Amino acid sequence: MSSQPEGVHLSSESYRSSGFRPQRRRVIAGAAALAAVVALTACGAKTDAAGGSSDQAAKADTSGDTVRVGLLNSLSGTMAISEVTVRDSLRLAIEEINASGGVLGKQIKPVSEDGASDWPTFAEKAAKLIKEDRVAATFGCWTSASRKAVKPVFEKNKSLLFYPVQYEGLEESPYIFYTGATTNQQIVPALDYLKSRGEKSIYLVGSDYVFPRTANKIIKAYAKANGMKVLGEDYAPLGSTEFSTIANKVKASKADAVFNTLNGDSNVAFFKEYKSAGLTARSMPVVSVSIAEEEVKSIGSQYLAGQLTAWNYYQTTPGAANTKFVKAYKAKYGQDKPTSDPMEAAYTSVYLWKAMVEKAKSFDPEKVKAASDGITFDAPEGTVTVDGASQHIHKTARIGRIGTDGLIEQVWDSGEPIEPDPFLKGYDWASGLS
Amino acid sequence: MTLFKGAPAAPAGKSPSVLAGRPARAWAGFAAAAVALFALAPLALSDFRLGLLAKYLCTAMVAVGICLAWGRGGLLTLGQGVFFGLGGYAMAMHLKIADAGPGNLPDFMQLYGTASELPWWWRPFGNPLVALAATVLLPMAVAAVLGSFIFRRRVKGAYFAILSQALAAAFAIWLIGQQATTGGTNGLTDIQGFFGYDLDDPVNQRMVYFVIAAVLLLLIALVRQLIHSRYGELLVAVRDSEERVRFLGYDPANVKLVAYVVAAGTAGLAGALFVPAVGIISPAMIGIVPSIEFVIGAAVGGRASLAGAVLGAIGVAWAKTALSEEFPAAWTYFQGLLFIVALAFLPGGLVSLAGIVRRRRAAATALPSGGAA
Repeated sequence: MSSQPEGVHLSSESYRSSGFRPQRRRVIAGAAALAAVVALTACGAKTDAAGGSSDQAAKADTSGDTVRVGLLNSLSGTMAISEVTVRDSLRLAIEEINASGGVLGKQIKPVSEDGASDWPTFAEKAAKLIKEDRVAATFGCWTSASRKAVKPVFEKNKSLLFYPVQYEGLEESPYIFYTGATTNQQIVPALDYLKSRGEKSIYLVGSDYVFPRTANKIIKAYAKANGMKVLGEDYAPLGSTEFSTIANKVKASKADAVFNTLNGDSNVAFFKEYKSAGLTARSMPVVSVSIAEEEVKSIGSQYLAGQLTAWNYYQTTPGAANTKFVKAYKAKYGQDKPTSDPMEAAYTSVYLWKAMVEKAKSFDPEKVKAASDGITFDAPEGTVTVDGASQHIHKTARIGRIGTDGLIEQVWDSGEPIEPDPFLKGYDWASGLS
Repeated sequence: MTLFKGAPAAPAGKSPSVLAGRPARAWAGFAAAAVALFALAPLALSDFRLGLLAKYLCTAMVAVGICLAWGRGGLLTLGQGVFFGLGGYAMAMHLKIADAGPGNLPDFMQLYGTASELPWWWRPFGNPLVALAATVLLPMAVAAVLGSFIFRRRVKGAYFAILSQALAAAFAIWLIGQQATTGGTNGLTDIQGFFGYDLDDPVNQRMVYFVIAAVLLLLIALVRQLIHSRYGELLVAVRDSEERVRFLGYDPANVKLVAYVVAAGTAGLAGALFVPAVGIISPAMIGIVPSIEFVIGAAVGGRASLAGAVLGAIGVAWAKTALSEEFPAAWTYFQGLLFIVALAFLPGGLVSLAGIVRRRRAAATALPSGGAA
């Protein structure tokens, strides 16, 4: 409203240089006045109503014999290659649950929306799922930026989001369940592992967005407290494929290891340059936190063989639950399709939601939240437990080595599930981080 | 189809009297638009759809500027995202400071930042009047400085387009790199209030919609004045033959500069209003892709006509939502197809369709009599 006067001097500009007929000016002035008056009355009406704040959180529609849930993933754009696998995995879990009788006797009906790798679109689609489709819960999002974009939407509408990807921590939204790892379940164990191998210096390479920058902040604090040296820190724009400079800087630094938080296609270019700079997994190992089986397939295992990854699940993780998951996934989507950590976390999230709803005997988000603490599920990664306070889950950290066959073999694990600590409160060295 | 007299192909001989063209029709179109925006849309649409319309109207504001700069002035502004972003960030910075309350840092700075107090360049935006003025004046000032360099050096055509696009890319990359003070890729999110109004409240969301609709109509009226003024004539002349205008004693650089600056102002205002409507501003709304999308809307509708550009921008944004809801995995192909079809078969945009049909009909009726003579 108050911005309008800024524009007005334009009209004086045009008056000066124009030979207007008065009647035309009157027409325009009249139109503008009309617009202003209508807008003003509109504002006036609002002022009274603004006091009584909203209590019209869109209620989920659970009246019929089906219950709708939202699947919010990028099906187009740069993130599609990763997020489509998550969507497929969510669909698999929903089919399995429907085949075994549904949730509280209702069949689950998924409503899929495309976030298009674009954050405002994610916010728009989240609102659509909640308000128009009246979903009981939503599963999805991958990048931190998309999660940050939809977070207020879910909070305002008091609707639940299950977020299945490892992330940078430092967040606890009352309406988000985080089924991927937070930093103390992935990055910190990876650093512990490097330290136990006797690596004294590291080089940080990452894509230029929130996760790598925040992860590196944590890594630097850890390194400082643990006598490790950070010899360099480089960021490449998301989607960048120019890595000769960075590879040469990494080589010149003579670091013991590289901590890699690059995302997507950039990894392809980075590992090619890394190899052509003459670096190997033996001379300078790279620990990656965003390369899972799906990405290994697209980068090419010849560039990655021998390198390390940090996750909570691999396709090779032993256990009957995983054998069943891998078999079901391949039967549905093709034998050549690998399963990966975010897919597993997504699959698990649907089952966790089901267990919470059944414990609460209701689809009401508030009751589901109240019932969440202590819910367990025998997931492909092993038994996971929901921590009701932080709405994260207890997960086992696993370091893996990429094999020539494109699969990842576990070389170390934390032994037992690690309690989630998104704000790293249990670590003295992290006290200055948040 | 034409709400306002667009006349991209007005016969050259009649040009001074273009102004005289049918004010009654323009008035009727304007009134129809006002009725549609202020009465029909709020009655017919749910709160959610009305919120989306508010977002579309913001892209339409950018299209108003593009219509002037590109349609009328021939300046292919592929970097409107920069000005949209400047306006949007100016507004969002103020709203974040206001949300945080006096003495507190915005939430993302507490997470990612290193400083314990607001950076110096954030501080002026704490003042609502400064922030509001900045949403329009900052983009205009940047455009004025840039434009005067570009146009004095006689950079034009594809070089101008590439330059403006590079600017959008550079601005987006800079914002991403400054995570501690700009929120990085996340941008500024989770905006709660709008000058004391709680944006959670659907009633206030409606108010934001009405403000946006009113500002759009106002901008259309202002730019229409500009287009139909003597300056507007000069702008078209510069577009069609810059050298001739120079020989007539005008400086084309100044003429272009005004169009560029006005277009930047409308984009800045659009960005500022986008923030309360959508609740987020991020580099994703600023870089090359969104900058091109702004142009696509105007191109599909008809860049030389205000009505065409505005309706095209709203239509393309609406199609994006509708197609992506209907075909979640394949809608980008439709969007591309729409653009190709519109540009290949209707270079004047959809708005030229009426003219083509009319001319065909006229030719068909004229032909027999011509044959007889």
